Amino acid sequence: MSFSAIVIQFLNGLAGTSSLFLVAAGLSLIFGVSRIVNFAHGSFYMVGIYLAYSLIEYFGRGSALGFWGAILLAGLGVGLIGIVVELVLLRRIYQAPELFQLLATFGLVLVIKDVALWIWGAEELFGPRAPGLRGGIEIMGRTLPEYDAILIVIGPVILGLLWLLLTRTRWGTLVRAATQDREMVGALGVNQAWLFTSVFALGAFLAGLGGALQIPREPANLLLDVTVIGDAFVVVVVGGMGSIPGAFLAAFIISQIKAFCIGIGTVEVFGASFAMSKFTLVAEFVVMAIVLVVRPWGLLGRPQAMPRHAGAAEERISLASRPLSMAAFAVLAILIVLPATADTYTLVLLVDIFVFALFAASLHLMMGPGGMVSFGHAAYFGLGAYGAGLLLLKAGLPMELALALSPLVGALGALIFGWFVVRLSGVYLAMLTLAFAQITWASVYQWDEFTGGSNGIVGVWPAEWLTSKTVFYFMTLLLCGASLWLIRRIIHAPFGYTLRAGRDSPLRADSIGIDLRRHQWIAFTIVGAFAGLAGGIFAFSKGSISPEGLAIPRSVDGLVMVLLGGVQTLTGPVVGAAVFTWLQDEVARQTEYWRALLGLTIIGLVLAFPQGIVGFVKARLPARLGGGL
Amino acid sequence: MSVLKVQDLAKSFGGVRAVQGVSFTVEAGELLALIGPNGAGKTTCFNMLNGQLRPDQGEVELGGESIRGLAPREIWRKGVGRTFQITATFASMTVIENVQMALVSHDRRTLGLFARTAGLYRKEALSLLDLVGMADQSERPCGVLAYGDLKRVELAVALANGPRLLLMDEPTAGMAPQERIALMALTAEIVRARNIAVLFTEHDMDVVFAHADRIIVLNRGELIAEGAPEAVRANARVQQVYLGSGGHH
Ligand SMILES: Nc1ncnc2c1ncn2[C@@H]1O[C@H](COP(=O)(O)OP(=O)(O)OP(=O)(O)O)[C@@H](O)[C@H]1O
Ligand SMILES: [Mg+2]
Repeated sequence: MSFSAIVIQFLNGLAGTSSLFLVAAGLSLIFGVSRIVNFAHGSFYMVGIYLAYSLIEYFGRGSALGFWGAILLAGLGVGLIGIVVELVLLRRIYQAPELFQLLATFGLVLVIKDVALWIWGAEELFGPRAPGLRGGIEIMGRTLPEYDAILIVIGPVILGLLWLLLTRTRWGTLVRAATQDREMVGALGVNQAWLFTSVFALGAFLAGLGGALQIPREPANLLLDVTVIGDAFVVVVVGGMGSIPGAFLAAFIISQIKAFCIGIGTVEVFGASFAMSKFTLVAEFVVMAIVLVVRPWGLLGRPQAMPRHAGAAEERISLASRPLSMAAFAVLAILIVLPATADTYTLVLLVDIFVFALFAASLHLMMGPGGMVSFGHAAYFGLGAYGAGLLLLKAGLPMELALALSPLVGALGALIFGWFVVRLSGVYLAMLTLAFAQITWASVYQWDEFTGGSNGIVGVWPAEWLTSKTVFYFMTLLLCGASLWLIRRIIHAPFGYTLRAGRDSPLRADSIGIDLRRHQWIAFTIVGAFAGLAGGIFAFSKGSISPEGLAIPRSVDGLVMVLLGGVQTLTGPVVGAAVFTWLQDEVARQTEYWRALLGLTIIGLVLAFPQGIVGFVKARLPARLGGGL
Repeated sequence: MSVLKVQDLAKSFGGVRAVQGVSFTVEAGELLALIGPNGAGKTTCFNMLNGQLRPDQGEVELGGESIRGLAPREIWRKGVGRTFQITATFASMTVIENVQMALVSHDRRTLGLFARTAGLYRKEALSLLDLVGMADQSERPCGVLAYGDLKRVELAVALANGPRLLLMDEPTAGMAPQERIALMALTAEIVRARNIAVLFTEHDMDVVFAHADRIIVLNRGELIAEGAPEAVRANARVQQVYLGSGGHH
């Protein structure tokens, strides 16, 4: 790279910094004050860019006043949406377990996506360039778009304004106090409700503004929500949750890395050419993983006490009561005789349910007894799926062997990632699992030659004798059923108890000779194996694999299943998986806007059953029947 | 040989010198009380003895072998049981499961993936609970126990590995006065019968003078007195610390 190229890439990086900073600053503020990890923040950004597009169209593309007015109004509009969301939804769930809040905001992601689809359609929308700023600035023989120069200035200006707001106003003092110590604000007799609403509004405004400002640079599209939330998480974690200067620093670092990865282009390493531009997605999550491992509370953040796990720790586990075991056998019996009467469609749906029941149960083992919440469980599912597919197609192994090896692939990934993960706890641990999942996803997504990139792999068909849907159904029932039985054994075995011991009181566990990290690491690996098996079966049941199989939404699906069912019992995730998979299928058949319906269902369920469906039923059953549920 | 030998132990937190140059020994079958006003450094001392904190300087020997710098779990394996000032138990488990867990760990069976934990070491666990008077509550969840009962569970757990040394940080805190005396009498009886060395802290002087064989007094991180209960009671500096500073009791 020539010197002038370096300068231009640096300036590009600076322009990227501004919009990334705006989104991340809002997310960080909201997290700092309300401790809510707002998955919908990327959606706010997306709405911002769409609103800006429409407003500019409305005011006319030529007018500078119209352009800047539209951008500001778009930000304000999103701020208003933020207020509505806070008042109508979040306000009701501040007392709910942290993960339910996360779930609710994910429901929101789905709803907002479909509302945007309904209003703006599926096509990408290209905005105009900023009136009066269509030219470029000559720098050492290269051009920097004028608009980028403005963006470079806007970021630091907003940082300065936020800084003034936080340090020079009473409101800012309250926000900072709440970020450091929640109880203190309560003790000061401050009207918390008002504080939370205003912070949420400001956060949403910043995200909306960040999106709106991008309209001359990128088209508005429906994928922005998830891409942006990924980036924003990285920035918030790297900078330190709750820290605004940290968000700026991190946005700067991440944007520069991205700019330079793109700028460097293809490099030759030992004769092999290697496209650095393909490294952008992986790079940011690698940075996040490194920061989490070395300095979990971020570059400029402070260590924070986090609730370590979801749900009530006091929940006991017990062996199945007699009526319950009988019910389980009855269900099994029905599942065995069912293929005699059921149509293919039902069998295929049931295979999906079995696979996701196993996926959710493995996540439950980690979250419930293990006390480790994963935001990136899809990684091991995806590794199993891709592992099986690649072993079949690239290594030419027989299908049976490829499937048998899929748990090993999942376990191997979990073994490597787990070594780092178990060094952390709480939200930091969850974020690291997310980082690893995104690294895995990005590698798969961008490694066209090996994994088929965004197209995935096709032709992953089962062996001859398994092509019948009925036979495949029985194989899945057998594998998933046996795995669930094993997971149940593990939970009741000394190993499962040891995990719970470490979750309940790491201090006591350590002082009765338990090496908690080692047990957690092993648990992580075991869980990876089960998820890998689920992925392997899934690949063969569909005949193809795509990167969506290990993207963020798949991980969230797992969380939804576990939390909907109830985190503290194994029955929970199984019921959750069944209900969720069935709902998804049912709703998708009824309407184009199935995501919104699903999102609304999730939100409704969170509001109605903060303890999960099984927890809800259990609380209403006599103890004699509920035991072991 | 002394069960525990502590030499010149010290620990600072930033500028706070929590423990400075403390030395003492505990013999088998002996109950040694470590007393001192709030913030004297007692808990910090305990945390260095069981490995939770790394001493800045000094030596800790268990039966002549250095245990300095080992992790709590390693020190536990060498026969040191610990109870905490703020009780630490497994809230999602029953009383008996808490004790079973310690026994399972003692036999290094925590990696077992198939056995049913509920059936393991039940008899041993019950007899330990019987010892501390908790057998009748063995099936209750630990999360709902009264504080005094939690302290008893902790004692049973601490006894599960057949320890040579018990470290008990305020074993009777949060109990009614009658109950305190009873629990310490029980503890004394158990440890004498098993020849276990005990180091305990206690703010209730009645309990201390009723059961301690020897007392050491800590003030602002420094040992200021050591000896038989009567001698310590009569010690002028101790009286000054306890009366003059308006400290506890
Ligand atoms: N982790 C820590 N970080 C900073 N200071 C600490 C820490 N732990 C203890 N201290 C300080 O060290 C001193 C000794 O504390 P310690 O808890 O050992 O006292 P103690 O004798 O057990 O008191 P109490 O009778 O109240 O239990 C106190 O000044 C305390 O504030
Ligand atoms: Mg103390």
